[in-house]
Amino acid sequence: MLQFTNTALAGLVLGMIFAAFALALVLIWRSTRILNFAQAPMAVLTTYIALVMIEDGQSYWLAFVVALLCGLVLGAVVERVVIRPVEGKPDINAVILTLGLFIVFKSAAEVIFGTKLRTYPPSFGVRGLSVGDTTIGITTSDFFTIGAVLATMAVLVALFRFTDLGLKMRAAANNQEVAKLLGVKVGAMLTLGWALAAVVGSLSGLLIASGGLVQPSYMDSIVVFGFIAAVIGGLESPVGAVVGGLLLGFSLSFVSGYIGAQLVALVALGILMLVLTFRPGGLFAATQGRRV
Amino acid sequence: MLKISDLTAGYGPITALRGVSLTAEEGRITAVLGANGAGKTTLLRTISGLHRAESGTVELAGQTITRVPADKMPALGMSHVPEGRGVITELTIDENLRLGGLARGRVKSEELDRIYSLFPPLDERRHVPAATLSGGERQMLVIGRALMARPTLLLLDEPSLGLAPRIVTQIFELLRGLVNDEGLSVLLVEQNARSALSVADHGIVLNLGQVVADDSAATLAADDGLRHAYLGF
Repeated sequence: MLQFTNTALAGLVLGMIFAAFALALVLIWRSTRILNFAQAPMAVLTTYIALVMIEDGQSYWLAFVVALLCGLVLGAVVERVVIRPVEGKPDINAVILTLGLFIVFKSAAEVIFGTKLRTYPPSFGVRGLSVGDTTIGITTSDFFTIGAVLATMAVLVALFRFTDLGLKMRAAANNQEVAKLLGVKVGAMLTLGWALAAVVGSLSGLLIASGGLVQPSYMDSIVVFGFIAAVIGGLESPVGAVVGGLLLGFSLSFVSGYIGAQLVALVALGILMLVLTFRPGGLFAATQGRRV
Repeated sequence: MLKISDLTAGYGPITALRGVSLTAEEGRITAVLGANGAGKTTLLRTISGLHRAESGTVELAGQTITRVPADKMPALGMSHVPEGRGVITELTIDENLRLGGLARGRVKSEELDRIYSLFPPLDERRHVPAATLSGGERQMLVIGRALMARPTLLLLDEPSLGLAPRIVTQIFELLRGLVNDEGLSVLLVEQNARSALSVADHGIVLNLGQVVADDSAATLAADDGLRHAYLGF
C-alpha cells in the first residue's frame, strides 16, 4: 500500500513538472501559433541566473522572481529580434528558427555557466511528509510545485477566457490581418505572447531544478515528455496541458515502479499514439481540427 | 466622407491601381464594380492601410489617412470587412463581436444587444464557436462585428460572395436600413454588379485599375453599353 501511495505521489509530482513545461508550450501556441523548441534552454539560462544569485548569498525568492523577470525580457527580445523578421512567412520558418535558438542558447549556457553539475536548493523542505508514523513520498517543495502549476493554469485559463487582452491575443494568433482590421496591435500581442510563455517556461525550469542537480542539459529529459503532455492535451488548452501532464506522470511512475524503468519511453510513445489515433486533435481540442 | 485622389498602388512590378480618384458621400452606399482583377480589393486594402499606396491620398472626413496603419482605422471611424469575411472561427459569436468593440475601449452589453437585435440568428447562439455558422450567418457576424466599433464608414469586400440570392437581398436591405436610419456611409466592392446597383446610390466602375465610369447607380444600371462591356449583365 505504501509503495502504491508513493508511486502515485511521485507520478503526481512528475506530472505537474511535465505540465509546467507543457503550459508554456500551450501559451505560445495559443498566442502565436508556433511551437518554441528553444523553450528548455531559455529556461535553463534563467534558472542559472537564479542559481548564481543564490550561490552569491541572495534570497531564494528574490532569485526566483528575478529569473521570471529575465524570462519575460528574454521572451520579448527573442520575439522582436529573431522571430519578428519571419512573421507573415510560413509558420515552419519560425519553428525552425526556434530549433536554431535551442542550439545557440544551450551552447551559451555551457559557455557561461560551465557543464559541471551544481546543486539547486529546494524551495521548501525536502523531507517526506509524515502521516501517523509512516513517511510518505511527497514534500513541502512538491506541494509548492503542484500549487504553482495549478495557479499558472488558472491564470492562463482566466486570461484567455475572460479578459479583453486574452481575446486580442487569440485573435492575433488566429488571423493577423483580421485582427489588425479590428484595431488589435498584432505585433504587441505576439511579443507579449512570447514574453509570457517565457515566464511560464522559466517557472518550469525553476520548479524542475528545485532541490536537484543542475547542468545545461538538465531539462532535456523533461522536454520530450512536456511536448507529449501538451499534445495529448490538445495544445490549445491549459487544462489539457495539466491533464496531459498528469496522465503521463502517473503512467510513467507506475510503469517504472511496477514493471521497469526501461519501458518508460515506450509507454509515453504508446499513450501519445493512442490519443492521436482516437482524438487526433488531443483530449481537449476545440471542435475543429488543428493545423500544425 | 471618403475622398480618394489619384491613388496608385501595386505589387512589385504589377500596378493594380492607376491614379484612382473617387468619393464616397456621407450617408450613401457607394458601389465599386468591376471584373476579377480590376483592382477592387486592392483599393479597399489600400484605403484601410493593409496595403501601401505608392502615390495619391486618402482622406476620411477631411483628415488625411494615407499612411495610417490598419490597426488605427477603427478608432478613426472606419471598419473594413475583408474579402472572405474573416470570421475568427475559433472564437464564439459573442467573442467575435466583443473583439469588434474593443477598438473603442470597453464593450458595453447594450452595444452587443443592439447588434444581436439586428441579427436575430446570431442571438440564439451567442456562445457557439463561429466555425459552426453558415455563409450567410458569417456575413452577418462580420458586419455586426464591424458595427461594434461604431464606424461612420463601412468598407465591404464582396459581401455577396458565395451566398444565396435571398440572403444577399436580406443583407443589402439591412445595409440600406443602417444607412437610412443611422447615417452610416458604405463603400461596397462587388463583382455582383446587378445586386450591388440595386442597393447602391452611386456606382464606380473599375477596369484594370482605372476608373472607367462614375455615376449614379440608376444611370449605370441603365447604360447598356457599360453593362455589357464591364459589368456582365
